[in-house]
Amino acid sequence: MSDFTDFKWSDANAVEAERIIGRYPKGRENSAIMPLLWLAQYQVAAQTGVAWLPLPVIEFVAAQIGMPKIRALEVATFYTMYNLKPVGRFHVQVCGTTPCMLRGSDDVLRACADKGLKKGEVTNDGLFTLTEVECLGACANAPMVQVNDDNYEDLTYETMTAILDDLIAGRTPKAGSQIGRTASCPEGGPTSLKEIA
Amino acid sequence: MPKVTVDGIEVEVPAGATVMQACEAAGKEIPRFCYHERLSIAGNCRMCLVQVSPGPPKPQASCALPASEGQTILTDSPMVKKAREGVMEFLLINHPLDCPICDQGGECDLQDQAMAYGRGGSRFDENKRAVTEKNMGPLIKTVMTRCIHCTRCVRFTEEVAGTNEIGALYRGENMQITSFLEQAVSSELSGNVIDLCPVGALTSKPTAFHYRPWELKRNDGIDVMDAVGASITVHSRTAEVIRVTPRLNDDVNEEWVADTGRFAVDGLKERRLDRPWVRVNGELKPASWGQAFEAVKKALAGVDAGEVAALAGDLAAVEDLVAAKDLLTGLGVTRLESRTDGAAYEGPAAHWRFNTGIAALETADLILLVGCDPKLDAPLVNSRILKAVRRKGAQVFRIGAGTEPAYPITDLGNDLALLAKLPADLAEKLAKAERPALLIGSRNASAEVLAAAHALAGQFVKDGWNGFNILHTAAARVGALTTGWVGEGLDALAHNPPKLLFLLGVDEVALAPFGGATKIYIGSHGDRGAAVADIILPGAAWAEKPGTWVNMEGRVQRSLRATFPPGEAREDWTIFRALADVLGIKLGYDNLDQLRARMAAEWPELGREGLTPAAWEAAKLKAGKPAGPSKPRATDFYSSNPILRASPTMRACVAEILEGRVPQLEAAE
Ligand code: SF4
Ligand code: FES
Ligand code: FES
Repeated sequence: MSDFTDFKWSDANAVEAERIIGRYPKGRENSAIMPLLWLAQYQVAAQTGVAWLPLPVIEFVAAQIGMPKIRALEVATFYTMYNLKPVGRFHVQVCGTTPCMLRGSDDVLRACADKGLKKGEVTNDGLFTLTEVECLGACANAPMVQVNDDNYEDLTYETMTAILDDLIAGRTPKAGSQIGRTASCPEGGPTSLKEIA
Repeated sequence: MPKVTVDGIEVEVPAGATVMQACEAAGKEIPRFCYHERLSIAGNCRMCLVQVSPGPPKPQASCALPASEGQTILTDSPMVKKAREGVMEFLLINHPLDCPICDQGGECDLQDQAMAYGRGGSRFDENKRAVTEKNMGPLIKTVMTRCIHCTRCVRFTEEVAGTNEIGALYRGENMQITSFLEQAVSSELSGNVIDLCPVGALTSKPTAFHYRPWELKRNDGIDVMDAVGASITVHSRTAEVIRVTPRLNDDVNEEWVADTGRFAVDGLKERRLDRPWVRVNGELKPASWGQAFEAVKKALAGVDAGEVAALAGDLAAVEDLVAAKDLLTGLGVTRLESRTDGAAYEGPAAHWRFNTGIAALETADLILLVGCDPKLDAPLVNSRILKAVRRKGAQVFRIGAGTEPAYPITDLGNDLALLAKLPADLAEKLAKAERPALLIGSRNASAEVLAAAHALAGQFVKDGWNGFNILHTAAARVGALTTGWVGEGLDALAHNPPKLLFLLGVDEVALAPFGGATKIYIGSHGDRGAAVADIILPGAAWAEKPGTWVNMEGRVQRSLRATFPPGEAREDWTIFRALADVLGIKLGYDNLDQLRARMAAEWPELGREGLTPAAWEAAKLKAGKPAGPSKPRATDFYSSNPILRASPTMRACVAEILEGRVPQLEAAE
């Protein structure tokens, strides 16, 4: 398994892959490339603890939908959501786009740096990879980071440090706003639409 | 038919035309990088911006904008000028501007358009990006920092070559063009990306740093490495052919040429026969022309005309064939044969031509390949099949074995018997097809296969559509058949071997059955034929003589002389003319014009360039049923004739593309 050349879908994912392909008209199976690569990245994470797409896995997915290898590789290299190199167990993606930057993403990055995270590198313990990314669509709660599947929002130097400490200690930090907001309601609670907030 | 106004000129363009085409119809030149007539529209370079109203108040990419009724288009407004300058400035931001050391210099779109439309200076003083070189194999040299990401190369490999080998990885500033894992690009048409690349990112590896385009003399030629007869331009400098590029010919090669035709020119310099040789006591000894002719005369003196035969090779021009035939006929010799691959076709022209026509093959709706491998036998025919499949939804079936083509194919099995007994499913589709085409590989055109094919052709040859095709691989074949080089057949000849055998550049035939014959080899390269010959008369290769070539369709084309044959070698027809004097025979022509007049007198279609269609004549051939596996190609794609075998570049292709060996880097001098 070490070189992934014998990569195959797990039983559950095989079913899921068929379901995904079935969403597209016949002859347009290539359209399924993105969700399939995503699924494959999850499976690699489940199997090895590291979410990434080794080349043989990309080739496997391409072959399943009859897509030329180079076309699949183009997709995988275009989107930053696919990791072409192994990352740490926690992929810390810090948003550095303008709203987050204005609200203090530099502090968040500093918190990461102080814990030994370096951009684009896996920490020695294999726990973290730090990536600075562009807007992740949670600007109302800026600054924010995405760690694997969870968002952590309204961060400060201190809260970011606490999140990293939790992850190092094996605890699960609370996802979402770190100042207690629900979704992106105003601080101090909703002022309108109270019944659904 | 929308009417639009371009810079005040009113033009009417066909429905579906783009604004760019409308501008061209009005005689306006629109600069461009990514747009190419024969590729899909990408619209990514933005060089073709024009001002269009009605529409948004900003410049628009004319290559991707449909022309519509009543548009007013401006191509020389201040807005357009500024837009072009801006695009040019952005393109040059990350371009190294290394024209003095770039092989594209002098024929570079970027250079030309920067001169014509650029602002003449850059305001960029940050660091430029740099991109590492990519390996694309022995033919394509890359300098990827020069790439402007027009994606022409990507679209070519996908759409024309059909191999999907080149792609654009990463995005934005990090975008890089590469082949998958930097493997050698394996397409037989790969060299065309060199012409397509509008900058110097992809250039020719074998000729890197060898020339500047303005030093080269250009002559029109015909590619003779296969039987497609692609139109080419032969570029030479002093006595050397430097490179070959394709020449526009929509009927044959569009604007592509196969890698063999483009890159094998270095084979013209290697292993040449540059003086006559005569075998004395079992050993070839250099001789003078006089001695060689005397030897021929002596050899002929001892034998009957019926014991003399001649074989025409794959690289003989029609002039050579006619002069040789006239000489031999003068001697009373009738055993002339050109079907050296064992094919049995004969009779009316339609029985051995590619009747459908190469361009018209695109319109076929069902294609049946029999014992042929178009991808290797004729890559440009293969790209037409690809078009038929992609654009017309043609279905392709194959009897026999072959390489994986670039399109979906239904393999019926490697048993020629299937041709006489088509699977019911195919027979039904064939009956329903409107424009079915049958492609029979020349090497598999045995009497049995032809009999079955003729029976089948009766079903679908009709007015305006002849789907009966022989897929030839030898450039000389159809010319030879036209001029009557049809004899008893190779097998019969081998069973009743002649005592004296003339070989016109014959290197692809197993000559063992003719071991007892005295062999006179007339040709250009020291290859298999010359090795066993008793007398060698050195001839000219295709680039060294004006020649008439008839391609597989029967299209008569002329190629010009680009250089002169080396040493004492002579144009082949003049050898026969001189020999005629020695043997006391009158040929009746002393120069090329007279010879061509003689050709036109007997075969009027050879008198002018172009295609004279051949009418189909039904024939009930009597032969048994075909059976057994098809004959595979005798060689790989890069080694099918003496010029290819002599070419160092073709050797490199075999090593790197076919055998996957990593090139050895040469130590710096
Ligand atoms: S390599 Fe040449 S053809 Fe290919 S994208 Fe770059 S500039 Fe265009
Ligand atoms: S700017 Fe950071 S999430 Fe949008
Ligand atoms: S030619 Fe129109 S965008 Fe490139």
